Parts: sequence; structure tokens; C-alpha cells
Amino acid sequence: MNSVAFLAIAIITLSGALAAATLPKLIHAALSLVIVFVGVAAYFFLLGAEFVGLVQIFVYIGAVAVLIVFTILLTRRDSVNDRGVNWGGVIVALAVFGGLLWIILNTTSLALPAPQTEPLTVKQIGESLMTNYVWPLQCVGLVLTVALIGALILVMEEKRER
Amino acid sequence: MNATLQLFLIISSALFSIGLLATLSRRHAIFILIGIELMLAAANLNFIVFWRFGSQQQQPTGVMVAIFSIAIAAAEAAVGLALVIAIYRHYRTTNVDKFDSLKG
Repeated sequence: MNSVAFLAIAIITLSGALAAATLPKLIHAALSLVIVFVGVAAYFFLLGAEFVGLVQIFVYIGAVAVLIVFTILLTRRDSVNDRGVNWGGVIVALAVFGGLLWIILNTTSLALPAPQTEPLTVKQIGESLMTNYVWPLQCVGLVLTVALIGALILVMEEKRER
Repeated sequence: MNATLQLFLIISSALFSIGLLATLSRRHAIFILIGIELMLAAANLNFIVFWRFGSQQQQPTGVMVAIFSIAIAAAEAAVGLALVIAIYRHYRTTNVDKFDSLKG
């Protein structure tokens, strides 16, 4: 695993995440979120999970980011005064990060390099989706259908009342 | 020097903490959803990292969990954004401090 690629992706991902969390304008934050998703997908490619990286790009950048941008455009008319920094949130986030970092750095068994293996093919993924994971697959399909119908109903109902 | 498991875990915990920061410190509802998406991305990264550094790469368990988690995250984003739009129609704002109808 190339350390130069690792560092470059780390810088891009974390700066995009910081921008998404702190930029005052919502549309800029949504576009920085796309950078974060690209960075995470690049990590998936680096780790040998190419299929998950592709799914990440299709689902997150193709669907979720576009959905967020559409919602921003639909709820555009209000301007939330978001200037004041909420220090409670900053302190909690820093405490969580400090705690996680302390635990990770103190666990000595984690300092291992990646083992050499042959790559996982899409054929294997498809086979296990159709054999071992067929019931989870059906359940996820059901959940997605119900969630999308529910989202439609949530958005439609208010319109009928008016 | 190669990237070790530790470095990946540090990256994903940083991503998680930034998502937590966005969720807790912003007042705009869509920013909160963006923070949740960041935390979910960190969790997915952890699944893939532990699968890659574990001993059984031939069993695609981590990959499967990550794929299902991405699907659930897509459903969550759709419902969350629909809720934001519905609440916006009712209150004419997306500031979460203003959603206080149930406040005692």
C-alpha cells in the first residue's frame, strides 16, 4: 500500500471534511462533501475493494450529493444565522477524537501492515450476494423501497393540505 | 513505509469526529445530515479497513457489510432530506433551534 497515495488521499479527505463541517454557505459544504466521498472511494480502491469504491461513487456522489443539493435549492429562501460557534459541539468532538486517538495509539496489536492476498473479484462478490447474503439483499431491497415510498409520502402530504 | 492499520483507523476516527462536530455545532438541518453522512462514511471505511487487514480476505464479509451499509445510508439520506423539506414547508425555516413546538 503506497504511503504517498495514502497521505495525499488523507489530506484531500480530511480537508474536504473540515470544509464540509465549517463552511458558512450550505452549497459549498455540499460540494466539499463530494470531495470527501471521492477521497473515501479512493481509499476503497487503495484497499482493494474496487467494487465498494464504485458503489460509493455511484450511490453517494450520483444520488446522495445530488439529493442534498436539490434539498438546498428547495429550502433556499431562509437564511439561518449560523455564525456563532457552538463550543459544546467542538469540545465533544475533540474529546471523542482524543479518546479514539488515545485508544488507537495505545493498542500495540494495531501496528500491522496489510497482508498480501489475491484481489477479490466482482464475480466472488456477486456469487456470495446470491448465495450466502440473499436474505440480507432482499431485506435491503425492501427497506430501500419502503424508505423511498415513505420519503415521497412525507414530501407530498403537506401539499395536499394547503 | 507502508500504511498500517493504525493510520487508517486514525483517518477514519478523524473523519468521524469531524462529522460529529458538524452534527453537534451547526444549526442548519442539512448540515446535521451532512455530518451524519460523514460519520457513515467513516464507519464504511472502518469496515473495509478491518476486512483488508484481517486474516480472511477470501470471505467477502466486510465488503458485504459495507455494501449493505451504503444502501441503508442512501435510504437514510432520502428520508432525512424528505423530513427537512416537510419541516421547511411547515415552519418556513431549516434552523433546528426554531423547531420547538413540542417544547414544554
